[in-house]
Amino acid sequence: MKFPPFTYHRPRSIEEALDLLAEHGDDAKVLAGGQSLLPVMALRLGRPEHIVDIGSIVELATIDVDDDRLRVGAMVRHAEAEGSPRVAERAPLLRAALPHVGHRAIRSRGTVVGSIAHADAAAELPAVCLATNAEIELRSATQSRTINAADFFDGHFTTVAHSDELVTSVRFGTPGTHHAVIEQSRRHGDYAMVGVACQLTIADAIVTSAALAFFGVSSTAVRVAEAEAALIGTDAGPEAIASMRAAVTDVLEPDGDIHATAAYRRHVAGVVAARSIHAALHNEEAAA
Amino acid sequence: MNDLTIPLTMQVNGTDHSIDVEPRRHLADVLREDLALTGTHLGCEHGVCGACTVLIDGEPARACLMLAVQAEGSEIVTIEGLADADGTMHPVQAAMHQAMSFQCAFCTPGFLMSTIALLRDNPSPTTEEIREELSGNLCRCTGYQSIVDGVETAVELMGSDR
Repeated sequence: MKFPPFTYHRPRSIEEALDLLAEHGDDAKVLAGGQSLLPVMALRLGRPEHIVDIGSIVELATIDVDDDRLRVGAMVRHAEAEGSPRVAERAPLLRAALPHVGHRAIRSRGTVVGSIAHADAAAELPAVCLATNAEIELRSATQSRTINAADFFDGHFTTVAHSDELVTSVRFGTPGTHHAVIEQSRRHGDYAMVGVACQLTIADAIVTSAALAFFGVSSTAVRVAEAEAALIGTDAGPEAIASMRAAVTDVLEPDGDIHATAAYRRHVAGVVAARSIHAALHNEEAAA
Repeated sequence: MNDLTIPLTMQVNGTDHSIDVEPRRHLADVLREDLALTGTHLGCEHGVCGACTVLIDGEPARACLMLAVQAEGSEIVTIEGLADADGTMHPVQAAMHQAMSFQCAFCTPGFLMSTIALLRDNPSPTTEEIREELSGNLCRCTGYQSIVDGVETAVELMGSDR
């Protein structure tokens, strides 16, 4: 479908982009890779009057390490992050999630930060942010602020970012020792009915920290502290996995829709959680 | 103000083009309507079917999920850019022709462009890898088996060239 009309802006610097957002605010949308925004416009789910295309802002296309954390700029495309040794080393959970994002032709245009700012509750990367305690870096023409991932996502397609703010980068948290992303979808490459991003730290065969962030089960990605607690201090053996799984199905209250009933989603959440522990322990790349 | 066109310079199949386009128009429409390159097909027009896949600076992308103005300064290859000037088919085209990798053929241009990117980066993929890499292209005739056969034929043809 054809996109509705808009006024197109192509800023050459972050400052220029921020001035445009300050001027047009609610009527403007930021265009990075376009793999979320353009379908939204094609389907008339949104029709912004102004498009601020940040694709020419070279300084946003960088991956660097800041204070031991991997920082991914707003114009770093999925495919670039997927192939980056720095990402594999510093943010292995992000690396594990990327092959699940759309398809190759989507990942060659789409951006990591765009997926996060879009805040689709069924998407992988917001869950990776929660599981790694990522920090979202925002700038407006008048201020800069950093928000913890736990406080950033406000609902389906909704974040606490103001309309005059640009998410300039995301800093991913400290990796664990074991990581996996497991999801269940109707068709390969589709949005998951349920998925989980799992990061564990294991020292001397005992789990010392655990993060389980589920997507597709609520209006945002969500961590299940009770399930994480069921793993910490254990050997992540069959008993620990069983009690973790019970906690997942106890706590999560997913909605049903055309793709899956609520009861099925809750069941599958437990299944993918258990699979993610096995996959993480075996350091397997998660198969879709 | 919405009706303003802006200048766009891009290279398509080795030819430089400077045209004026309305920013709302996607790349596939500009290729088809302004440059008369109608081999790039539009199926769903919202990024699901993969029929409009082209190569942007060497990487496969959905021409329907890109504003044409985002292609400023890019090098684009479409299905029309594959064969030699004398009509000799690209090995992937020859292989898919040989393996009958199409029924109605509407999806074929997108599959070809995805396959070319795949075989450039991975000249001898496994069947699993082929299916994974082509998972973003849909064939409504469901002729996937013959498409995978065609890619495997291309692997053989291109391998024997080396």
